[in-house]
Formats: sequence, C-alpha cells, structure tokens
Amino acid sequence: MYSKKVMEHFRNPKNAGELKKANGIGEVGNTACGDVMKVYIKVEKGIIKEAKFLTFGCCAAIAASDAVCAIVKGKTVDDAMKLTKQDVIDYLGGELPQLKIHCSILGIDALKAAIKDYKEKHA
Amino acid sequence: MKKIYLDNGATTMVDPAVVKEMLPFFSDVYGNPSSIHQKGQEAKRYLTEAREDVAKKLNAGYDEIIFTSGGTESDNLAIKGVAYANRDKGNHIITTKIEHPAVLNTCKALEKEGFEIKYLGVDNEGFVILDDLRKAITPKTLLVSIIHGNNEIGTIQPLEKIGNICREHGVMFHTDAVQSFTKVPINAKKVPVDLISMSSHKIHGPKGVGALYVRKGTKMASIQHGGAHEFKLRAGTENVPGIMGFAKAVKLSSDSDAKRIAKLRDRLISGIEKEIHDVKLNGPRGEKRLCNNVNIAFANVEGEALGSYLDVSGICTSTGSACSSHSLEPSHVLLAIGLDKGLANGTLRMTLSRFTTEEEIDYTIGSLKKYVEKLRKISPLKRVLKDVL
Repeated sequence: MYSKKVMEHFRNPKNAGELKKANGIGEVGNTACGDVMKVYIKVEKGIIKEAKFLTFGCCAAIAASDAVCAIVKGKTVDDAMKLTKQDVIDYLGGELPQLKIHCSILGIDALKAAIKDYKEKHA
Repeated sequence: MKKIYLDNGATTMVDPAVVKEMLPFFSDVYGNPSSIHQKGQEAKRYLTEAREDVAKKLNAGYDEIIFTSGGTESDNLAIKGVAYANRDKGNHIITTKIEHPAVLNTCKALEKEGFEIKYLGVDNEGFVILDDLRKAITPKTLLVSIIHGNNEIGTIQPLEKIGNICREHGVMFHTDAVQSFTKVPINAKKVPVDLISMSSHKIHGPKGVGALYVRKGTKMASIQHGGAHEFKLRAGTENVPGIMGFAKAVKLSSDSDAKRIAKLRDRLISGIEKEIHDVKLNGPRGEKRLCNNVNIAFANVEGEALGSYLDVSGICTSTGSACSSHSLEPSHVLLAIGLDKGLANGTLRMTLSRFTTEEEIDYTIGSLKKYVEKLRKISPLKRVLKDVL
C-alpha cells in the first residue's frame, strides 16, 4: 500500500520527538477526525535551524511529518511557508495513496502554524 | 521470517486435511450432481453427505441447509429472500447498528425499494437491549436480523432470548453466524432462529463457499434465478469441491479447540493489560465473547501505525478502525458501543485460531509493548484513559 520511502520514514522517523528549545510550535488536527500533529521549530536569523514533530496518526501521517521537518531544515521561514503538498509527496518518493494525501497537507499546516507562532512571538 | 497470523476473523488458513479432502473432487469426482448418469449421481451422493455433515453441527435437517458462495450471499439470500416473499405481510425489518456490511448494506438496498429498517443501538459491550427490540416490533415487522458473534468486538448475542421475542410476535429471525459458527454451539431444534448464515473460510475451509440454514416451512424467495438447485432457493451448479472442503472443516472443528483458543485469548488480553497501561478491552469478557477475538484500544496511539509496526515484525492484525481499509471513518461498531473517536482510531483487532500457539501470543504481547511505547513517545496526545471513557 505504501512506497518504500514512506515506510522508511515511518519505521525510522529521524525528526520525531519534542524540541525543548523550540521558538515556534504549531499543532493541528483532532482525535475526532483522526490525526493530530505538532511541529516544533527553532529559528535563528530567519532560518529554520531545527524542526521536530510529534504525531498521532497513521503511517502516512508519521512519514509526512518526518518529511516536512527534513525538508524545511536550513530554509528561511519565508521559503518554508511556500511548501506544498507536492513537495512533501515528491520527497516521499512521489506517491501516497489517494486517501492519505490529506496527511501531507496536515503536516504542512502544522509547520505553518509553528511559523505563525514564531512570528507572533517575535514580531 | 515466520508470520504470526492473528487475523483469523478476516480469513483462516485452509487446514491441510481440508485440502486433501477436496482434491479428488476436481478431477476424479467431477460430475454435475444434477446429471442423472453415474458420474453425476456419484457427486450427488457426496454432496448429500456434506449437507448432512453441516446440518448435524446445527442439529438441523439436511434439507434445511442451502449451500451458497459464502457469508455475504447467505446474508443477502436470508434478508432479501424473506423480504420479497412476505411483502404482502409488511415492509418492516429490524437489525442493529453493529452488523457486518453484508447485512447493513443489504438492508440499505431494501430501504431504497420501500422497506423500512430499524437499526437498534447496543449497550457499551455490544449487546442488543432486549426491551428495545420488543418495542421496535410493529405489526408490519417481517424479520429481525441480528449478528450472533460480532466480527469486530466478539460480543455473542443471546440467540434464544432474541428468538423467543421474535416467536412471541410472529416475526422471523435471521442471524449472521459467520464468526460464531463451530465456535459457539447452536441447536436449531432448541433455539428459535429461522435463518443462520455460515461461511467456510472463517473455519479453515476454502473461500467461495458457505451456507444458509433455512428452517423448514420458512417462506422464502430465491434471489438468483436459474435451475432448481438447492431446493429451488439458490440456482447454479453446486461448488462440489468447495462444499466438500467446507463439510470437512465443520467436522474438524471441536468444542475442545474452542476452549483452548479461549484460554489463549485470555492470555493475550491479560498480558496486554499487565504490560501496557491505558488500554481498554472492547466488548465483553468470558463466555459471552467469541473464543478467538481480542479487540483493544490503546490510548494515544493510532491503530494503523501500530498494526504496521507489528506487520513489519511479522505479526498480522487488523485495525478496529476502517481507516486502513479505504475509509477514514472510525468503525461503526466501536462508535455504536460509545467509544471515543480517538480511542476507536487507536484500536487493534487480533483474532486467533486453533493453530495459534502460546509462544506466538507471548511474542505478540512483547512486540505490542515495544511498539505502543515507541508510538506513545512520538504522540502529541498525553490523554489518560479514565478521562476519555
């Protein structure tokens, strides 16, 4: 059902965990709809130095959260805001089951919420 | 890697003795039981024997057993067959919210044809509330269809009590016994049930074959038209090899196996409850639960993710939520027992068989502990079970 790349990220998510020194935190989703994702970012001089996540969700949700964190590391917050679901899907080897596309969107939403949180705190 | 197969509610391994039983019926005893020559009559004799074997398990007459292509067809035939044949008497059917889709969607199809369906709720262990059933029966009620052993949470309904209520009101009673057949004894002479759906591949028989018990005298219509097979209730040349395999699987089943499987089931449940905190068993305990069914919600963990980790380590299970199987909605059965949606999405079903071993159960408990901890570590949810229930 899932590609090798998705399973790799699911089995061994490198960016999973809490980021204690985060200066931006975003959480989206709820248990009623299924998935909950929380993204932590550490921003220095406008650049995302570190990104981590916590996810309650299926394989695709965990893999997509991990991918989002991997992609945005080293990017400016403005570039990170431009991340699309296609970027995440491409990073995961180019395919996600149709029903799981929303997982990649949720990951991006969590990231954007974290950036928004950072900006509000540092305006 | 050797697989640990804990998805016997989905399907089972065909017993090697069943395979052996079937083989001659492909290329040796291949006659059509409807043919009048010797080759045909030879097949017919075996077919009759198989029918008697299946009937015996229910203490029924051989002419009360209709072979079908499986559980889904049996459910369709029972419900539509009664509905169409008795339309002059009424248009009301009572079922429950925890039925298998084969019953639920048959009822929904009948709704479009003008039948009225009442979907009864259940209590928090999945039992039908008998008073609700009594109140739901109207003068127009034709049929009550209630699943015997629930496929998701293992609840075994009290057939005799339900059947007695139906009898008092002159209403026919169908039960989907696909999961419970051979695991829970049913004596059709004693229990007032008119139609019983059975399936072969849930009891170590081949796929593509099942049966419907139809009590003698039940007014039924056929829903598939053709020849006069199966007492004119199910047209089509009989699947003789499949039926022989099914009958063999029935003969191989035993009450002592059911007792042994129940012990393993309880070992799995108590192992999980001992090793992992914040878990909830869905459905009842003990004798009112299918001997091979375990269904557990793990707080703050998503079921598909947990099932996938287990799969990677060779353990086949299924999720309580239908999420992994092409729908994002949590299971209708878990919602019907009032389970919180988050917990419903964090539910795993493990279904055992007579081939399950103690070692496999213990290994599964260890793996579950490992992966639930791993997933809880990366979960943003930190809910305590008692706050959710």
